[in-house]
Amino acid sequence: MVLNWKWGGLLLGLVFFIAVLLVKPIGVSTQFVILDGIGWDIQSPDVVTQTEDGYTSTNAYLAKSDGKYAASVANPLNYSFVFVGAMMLGAGLSSVLRGGVPKGEYMVPALWRANFGGNVLKRWIAAFVGGFIVLYGARLAGGCTSGHMMSGMMQTSVSGYIFALGAFMAAFPAAIYLFNREA
Amino acid sequence: MLQIALAIVIGAAFGTVLDRIGATNPNWIGRMLNLTNLHLMKTILLAIGVASVLLFGGQMLGLVEVAHMSVKTAYVGVFIGGIMLGLGWALAGYCPGTGVCALASGRIDALFFVAGGLLGAAAYMLSYPFWADLGMLEGEKWTLGAVPGADYPAAIPTLQGDLAGIAVGAAFIVIAFILPKRIKGRRAPLGGAETPAE
Repeated sequence: MVLNWKWGGLLLGLVFFIAVLLVKPIGVSTQFVILDGIGWDIQSPDVVTQTEDGYTSTNAYLAKSDGKYAASVANPLNYSFVFVGAMMLGAGLSSVLRGGVPKGEYMVPALWRANFGGNVLKRWIAAFVGGFIVLYGARLAGGCTSGHMMSGMMQTSVSGYIFALGAFMAAFPAAIYLFNREA
Repeated sequence: MLQIALAIVIGAAFGTVLDRIGATNPNWIGRMLNLTNLHLMKTILLAIGVASVLLFGGQMLGLVEVAHMSVKTAYVGVFIGGIMLGLGWALAGYCPGTGVCALASGRIDALFFVAGGLLGAAAYMLSYPFWADLGMLEGEKWTLGAVPGADYPAAIPTLQGDLAGIAVGAAFIVIAFILPKRIKGRRAPLGGAETPAE
């Protein structure tokens, strides 16, 4: 059902390499900010504004680095934002071709069910809270599992090692504590 | 336009591979993080190693443009943010990339992960000045060694960056091969099954 780690690792490594070879290292978590910015800018159009030599924002985070994020919010048809859309397309197609997520799994995953039962609301709250912490942390760190851990460590960037150390130092004990029963 | 075409092709390939290695499945993430099945960890370590060896080997042969590298700044917030991501990753079984892909693969709980993520990213947008004022975001874009042709400062200036990259990449590959499939003690036998006959 899942690819053998030798094939899987080789293919995943090739994708990360080809991304740097042809364009730039892969990263994902910034696009959560860009999507937020797009929504915010629709609500109140003066959040992101055009200047003489680019874009800026009333929000200090979107305005940082000469309005790099503000520019992406103003022009969503850019490499990194389209990339994440294409990731979803690829994962969706792959899922359809392998028969999709089994019934009884797409609401509450088996490992969660074995430890916390089949209550859907409980799982959704945990996923929501987890998502909040993950993206807050990723933005504070300036990258996520893709940008820091994979792209970072493959480039021998010190920030990648620091990030991986923090992430696994927290994730191993947390998962051992949470998921004592196996499934 | 070429950029957008590349985004679609490479992005779709990335999403497909993430789905096929089990990274969009929170059960595989959980089994990796609670150390009961490290199959996905072996996959990731091998991938980092392969990508690193190809990148720096390609640079030494002049086939890969050094300017395509993009090294992120190392600062205190990287470590704090890493800890936060680790906690949420364990709890939800998703990280940002695998979360959006899991949603696309048809997992409904991933929708709540992505919604929480959008709120978390928005919360950071608003609290960014707080972290900046604390000086938590100050640092340098260090690489391990000095990469020829790149402007990044080297953590170990005497180390040749591209050779170091190949060596570290090779180490990742070796670790992927020798890492055991399981670290946590064996699964507890189900009641009575192993009771010796009197």
